[in-house]
Amino acid sequence: MDMNTIEAVVRTTDPAQWRDGDAWLAGGTVLFSYGSYAFGPQPLKRLLDLGSAGWTPITVTDDGIGLSATCTIAELYTLPGMAGSEGGGWPGLDLVRACCDSFVASFKVWNMSTVGGNLCTSLPAGPVISLCAGLDGVATILSPGGGSRTVPVADFVTGDATNCLAPGELLRSVHLPASALSAPVAFRRLSLSNLGRSGVLLVGRLDAGTSLVLTVTAATKRPVQLRFEDLPDADRLAAALDDAIPADLYHDDIHGLPAWRRDMTYRLAEEIRAELAAPAGAPGLRFSGDFWPPRAGAAPAAGSTTRSKGA
Amino acid sequence: MAIEINGTTAEAAPRPGQCLRTFLREQGNLGVKKGCDGGDCGACTVHVDGTPVHSCIYPAVRAEGRAVTTIEGLAGTTDGGLHPVQQQFLQRQGFQCGFCTAGMVMTAATFDDGQRDNLPRNLKGNLCRCTGYRAIADAVCGNAGHPDPAGPGSGIAGEGQPDPEPGRLGDDVPAPASRAVVTGAARYTLDVPPEQQQGLLHLKILRSPHAHARVVSIDKDAALNVPGVVAVLTSEDAPAQLFSTAQHELFTDDPDDTRVLDDVVRFRGQRVAAVVAESVAAAEAGVRALQVEYQELPAVFSPQEALLPGAALVHGDKDAVKARISRPERNVVAELHSELGDVAEGFAASDFIHEQTYQTQRVQHVALETHAAIASVDDEGRLQVRTSSQVPFLVRRTLCRVFGLEEDRVHVVAGRVGGGFGGKQEVLTEDLVALAALKLKRPVQLELTRTEQFTATTTRHPFTIKLKAGAAKDGRLTALQLDVVTNTGAYGNHGPGVMFHGCGESLAVYKCANKKVDAHAVYTNTVPAGAFRGYGLSQMIFAIESAMDELAAGIGMDPLEFRRRNMVREGDHMLSTQPDPEEDVHYGSYGLDQCLDLVRDALDRGSERYREAGLGDLGPDWMVGEGAALSMIDTVPPRGHFAHSHVRLLPDGTYQADVGTAEFGNGTTTVHAQLAATALSTQASRVAVRQSDTDLVEHDTGAFGSAGTVVAGKATLEAAEELAIRVRAFAAGIRQTQASACVLDGDAVVVDGTRVALAELAQAAAEAGVELAAEGRWGGTPRSVAFNVHGFRVAVNRGTGELKILQSVQAADAGVVVNPRQCRGQIEGGIAQALGATLYEEVVVNDDGKVTTDILRQYHIPTFADVPRSEVYFADTNDKLGPLGAKSMSESPFNPVAPALANAIRNATGVRFASLPIARDRIYLGLKEAGLVRAEAEAVR
Repeated sequence: MDMNTIEAVVRTTDPAQWRDGDAWLAGGTVLFSYGSYAFGPQPLKRLLDLGSAGWTPITVTDDGIGLSATCTIAELYTLPGMAGSEGGGWPGLDLVRACCDSFVASFKVWNMSTVGGNLCTSLPAGPVISLCAGLDGVATILSPGGGSRTVPVADFVTGDATNCLAPGELLRSVHLPASALSAPVAFRRLSLSNLGRSGVLLVGRLDAGTSLVLTVTAATKRPVQLRFEDLPDADRLAAALDDAIPADLYHDDIHGLPAWRRDMTYRLAEEIRAELAAPAGAPGLRFSGDFWPPRAGAAPAAGSTTRSKGA
Repeated sequence: MAIEINGTTAEAAPRPGQCLRTFLREQGNLGVKKGCDGGDCGACTVHVDGTPVHSCIYPAVRAEGRAVTTIEGLAGTTDGGLHPVQQQFLQRQGFQCGFCTAGMVMTAATFDDGQRDNLPRNLKGNLCRCTGYRAIADAVCGNAGHPDPAGPGSGIAGEGQPDPEPGRLGDDVPAPASRAVVTGAARYTLDVPPEQQQGLLHLKILRSPHAHARVVSIDKDAALNVPGVVAVLTSEDAPAQLFSTAQHELFTDDPDDTRVLDDVVRFRGQRVAAVVAESVAAAEAGVRALQVEYQELPAVFSPQEALLPGAALVHGDKDAVKARISRPERNVVAELHSELGDVAEGFAASDFIHEQTYQTQRVQHVALETHAAIASVDDEGRLQVRTSSQVPFLVRRTLCRVFGLEEDRVHVVAGRVGGGFGGKQEVLTEDLVALAALKLKRPVQLELTRTEQFTATTTRHPFTIKLKAGAAKDGRLTALQLDVVTNTGAYGNHGPGVMFHGCGESLAVYKCANKKVDAHAVYTNTVPAGAFRGYGLSQMIFAIESAMDELAAGIGMDPLEFRRRNMVREGDHMLSTQPDPEEDVHYGSYGLDQCLDLVRDALDRGSERYREAGLGDLGPDWMVGEGAALSMIDTVPPRGHFAHSHVRLLPDGTYQADVGTAEFGNGTTTVHAQLAATALSTQASRVAVRQSDTDLVEHDTGAFGSAGTVVAGKATLEAAEELAIRVRAFAAGIRQTQASACVLDGDAVVVDGTRVALAELAQAAAEAGVELAAEGRWGGTPRSVAFNVHGFRVAVNRGTGELKILQSVQAADAGVVVNPRQCRGQIEGGIAQALGATLYEEVVVNDDGKVTTDILRQYHIPTFADVPRSEVYFADTNDKLGPLGAKSMSESPFNPVAPALANAIRNATGVRFASLPIARDRIYLGLKEAGLVRAEAEAVR
């Protein structure tokens, strides 16, 4: 929609230019969707336009992957198949498309919306949050004073539509470390409608063959990460969820009742634990929800199934 | 750097915060539509440098130096050629109202084969509220899109039905507006070219932040000082006349409880003041600058609380008789108390009694085109109104009543309307723009935002239905007792009608000696409810049809068999709350029994297909079941529904039909052309229909109550039949023969074996001073009944609450189907809309009376991914009362869907879901409560 209170669009990447009433403009798909009045008590007056930042969207090195804040979701979606991608064999890349497909927004919106935009909007269902938090992504933030700081993505989002950015701070990029990318991963997601907004989205990772990292998003107001030095059994996993997520941390909105989100969190967590614990080809694994397991080139799976690992 | 649009460099530059959508429209590209203005619906899809984007969330400044393609430039030719995708949408009729079509076409035009193979994913960003997406899939993929005409229930030439004739009755004639729709040239309400809008002012509304308050004072000074602001309108400027936003043939059907601008506000979102300015931005700034002092008043949010003694009164200031409010001192707008037979006796004679409270939620129409209107005063001082309305003639009446104007001083026109579903059977914009235009003598436009649609227009009435029903072991329905409370919100528009109609056909379809109804339509301080597809029936049918399955289960009988034993048969009295049947409702035809059989057979075939395909067992987590529900509807609303049509022969030998009824995707334009073509023995393509303009014909009650075919169509048919007689008589006269020797045939009259071109005849008539024209009228009575039966086979996941629709079947008794493709589209669209209302949709009002589901991302309407393909079958009937045997079929396909789905879920799981929506989370929690699942968290302990 028109943002009729905007008086100027300023092309800059310099946080020092930021003043009250400004908003960073990346893809614009959130700002223009909610409008001038939705982002604080006073309407917005200026847009600081990152459109000509010229930041390389995706940088792949031996250390991992750098995603610029201005990397579009459409660009992110091409990452697993990128020609010359040095990390082409990283299993963690399987999460990229599952997370992109978890956007309720259509592929057309992906042409404009960005990695940074999704992180900074900080909705519980933000799938880039799930992806980056699940892969131990670290955000680099530029400050109006000229400095920069880093913060794990899992801590970046602090609640429903809140994050750790101070006024004027600019999210520059996210680094996904090779250590996380090289681990086997699993993904589970449920929505109240087909291909709809995520009500529960869990990402699991098995570091060094034994260490489970479970990231709960969408079900909770902010990401919740559980780390186990060794693979827990179902009991220990459930107990750890009990400890990590108090009842009021489950998100309550039209996209899922908290009681459902809670039970689904336990269910999906157990499915992820079982999948990562199972040897390749193990039969009878349960895959609730959609987009997993990944299948190259095929339509994403919709609806819960039971099948063999890797099938 | 300039923006290139369709190969031409735009001279204008965008404003800093402008989105590309409005910039393109300002440059004259009116095919770019606003459905949501938030990136959700895709109606505004364009290409920027060949990439599809939603132009409403695309910063216009980002398009500088880029090439934009809109629907107008897609074909890339100026000779009227079509892009292949436009061609396919035209051929397959992949639209109804057409408001989403430009966006659909622009999106699909970018697809490769892989994308076409996965339309659920790739079209989820394009919402259609009319079609149910089947026709769109056919258009995108080029599928044939026709069921086998020889198959069961195809709607074509059944026994006792006429054979289809090309271009006439029974043919899949394409909509006359097809080409305009697929090229973006169809003119909806606000699609007036900028050059015709000189001096246009824009109106924005300050809305109440309180659920109930007195407006003590409004300080306009700061607003009037905003550059561009022309006027601020408050209750001091508004007429004192109370009216209802609801529009009916008789305004006395609804309470007079509303003012254009009131000094008391009764729901959050109600109009407080209007700011009129040179631009939308200035009007918005003016609204922000208004200083209002409110005195908050006690508010009440639920109808149950509102009925309690001592509850806050919503319209306590009104006189019951004058305002036609049943009991304002108890918040009761209307009530109904009746007992046929003796329910106590009935229950005593029953072997099984089912008692349950059923609840239906607020749902919104979500027509893709929001409410909008433009008003101006012309050089002769006549008020001109262009509006998105189903009822232009009634809008004129209401404006005349409110502003004290003579009818000939007001001209109301509806362009093509982007969906209605009952939501546009209201005056929600026209009164304000008329007030502003009459005061300022300048054209004024009001376009509601999608959020205003959710927070400040109307919704379906929420019903709370306490039901008690009994059955005897032999399968007799012994008693039916209903205590119904409907929530009409802050205003009583449609409150009485919806309550009465809801308690009508839903009960009358069952023979039951003992029926008792107590119903109240109740005011609360919430967003008003209004007319919605089904008009009360969908809510009541949800309860009653759910109860029929429970009774059948209770006595151990097949639920369809239980219905067969108790449903009315041709000739039975149809009784609901009156001891005598409605005088003017007849069995013009009867196809309910056929509909039940068609659904039963289709479900059996589907079950067999699944078994043969090896899909019988979906795994241990999935429970499978099937269920069905039936519905009946009177083909015309009660108490008069009038239509007037005028058909004439034009000088070129084609015909023109002027009709009053509006086109909003209901397809009546096509139906009128076909009915006239049949009477005139020509093709629909030779009949040009003009419509929804109060200057064209005398009167038309409007396009609601599914009246477009059976009332207005009847008038058109009568006019065309009369014209056929006159044309033949005139031909006989000039050829000196008998009229019986003159036969109409396409573009000619065959006179004693010789073809005389109609153009020639028209010229002769003109020379002779004879106008070859005729009029037709219909008053909407007597009326017939139409039927729909829906069946589902579903699978329910006990672990997650996921619901899969394995099969969806609807059988409709629409009489002779004038246009099978179009009628099928109405049914598919009704099913899809009902699936939304059954599974997802809910306008949530919080404890402070605020609507929290105010954008489409918070109010999920079915996407392509959500809607299964439905099998659609037609009963083979021929109605004695409808035009050429046709019956109504617009609202009714919606009505049996929710209970059919609830019954299928009940059959699969054993759990009765008595509240809507039946979303996955609620299914899971319901199964858990019933002990059918053990949650993972508890399972491991």
